[in-house]
Amino acid sequence: MTKIIVVTSGKGGVGKTTTSASFAVGLANRGFKTAVIDFDIGLRNLDLIMGCERRVVYDFVNVIRGEANLNQALIRDKHNKELYILPASQTRDKDALTLEGVGTVLDELRKTFDYIVCDSPAGIERGAQLAMYYADSAIVVTNPEVSSVRDSDRMLGLLSSKTKRAEEGNGKITEHLLLTRYSPKRVSKGEMLSLEDVNEILAIPLLGVIPESPAVLKASNSGVPVIVDSESDAGQAYADAVARYLGEEVPLRFLEEKSNWLKRIFSFKEKEVV
Amino acid sequence: MNLVNNVFSRLTNHFCRPQKSAKKAKERLQIIISHERARRDHPDYLASMQKELLDVIAKYVAIDKDAVRVELERQEGCSVLELNIVLPQQE
Repeated sequence: MTKIIVVTSGKGGVGKTTTSASFAVGLANRGFKTAVIDFDIGLRNLDLIMGCERRVVYDFVNVIRGEANLNQALIRDKHNKELYILPASQTRDKDALTLEGVGTVLDELRKTFDYIVCDSPAGIERGAQLAMYYADSAIVVTNPEVSSVRDSDRMLGLLSSKTKRAEEGNGKITEHLLLTRYSPKRVSKGEMLSLEDVNEILAIPLLGVIPESPAVLKASNSGVPVIVDSESDAGQAYADAVARYLGEEVPLRFLEEKSNWLKRIFSFKEKEVV
Repeated sequence: MNLVNNVFSRLTNHFCRPQKSAKKAKERLQIIISHERARRDHPDYLASMQKELLDVIAKYVAIDKDAVRVELERQEGCSVLELNIVLPQQE
């Protein structure tokens, strides 16, 4: 049975596209045939994060309008042959996505894919609602910051009322919290909401914590999802989150300040040499 | 005297540190989110129905519109619409 996952947040800039890209790669790396769809019509960016921006010929809206078939629009990932990207259109037509159109495309994808990851746009407009409508599970990406937490709670409200599952009473969407841009150092100083704080407020199962990391910008600069950088803290944290999503028990990492005295001595020495 | 004050305020600052901002954030979020969650389940027509109900009552009784409480409570299997209206004392 194909599973449709929506990556959503309400607030912009919290890491939805970064998460969609890394999650899709993570699932494909586990051998699942995975499609990742950009629902941000007019502001296409998943292609850049996945590093396939120069290979976009047809897009999601072309398929919905019958101007191209799905196989023409799907872009096969460079590194993983189980992974395909369906880019968003750059049209400014807000009504380009329709409920039926999206449903038809998803039904077509269901025939061959194990997982379909829907990268939601920010906000609560049409694109965001359509991205979540057909979902079986939701990854709510949240930063430890007041506006992000509030918007995430708002999205949880929409997930429990404005989706196909909710409307048909067909079981609840499974909700997962992914806390991103987490800085243990600032949490310990009392400057940032802690994991426990956010957990207590949103009260949905935790999928993972992605530390604030230079690796994320480095990854988007080079168009390679950060999960591919398996040396990096953020990359490892994403791999852990994917494992948890698949039901494995993986302890949380990167919740403590990096204060290894050995490391400190080494970094001191390095500085001296330079 | 100034010196004493200065020392005193430094001491109080040291021992009663100003509240950490993360704690403040959590408290503010808890309040606003519980408020918004309570409203979330309200149907869209509630606001206009509330207004019309009050208009009807105001036709017959002089009521203070601030002394009216309308609440919708979800209970198992049903919703309870509670109107709490303070009627003015009859003279």
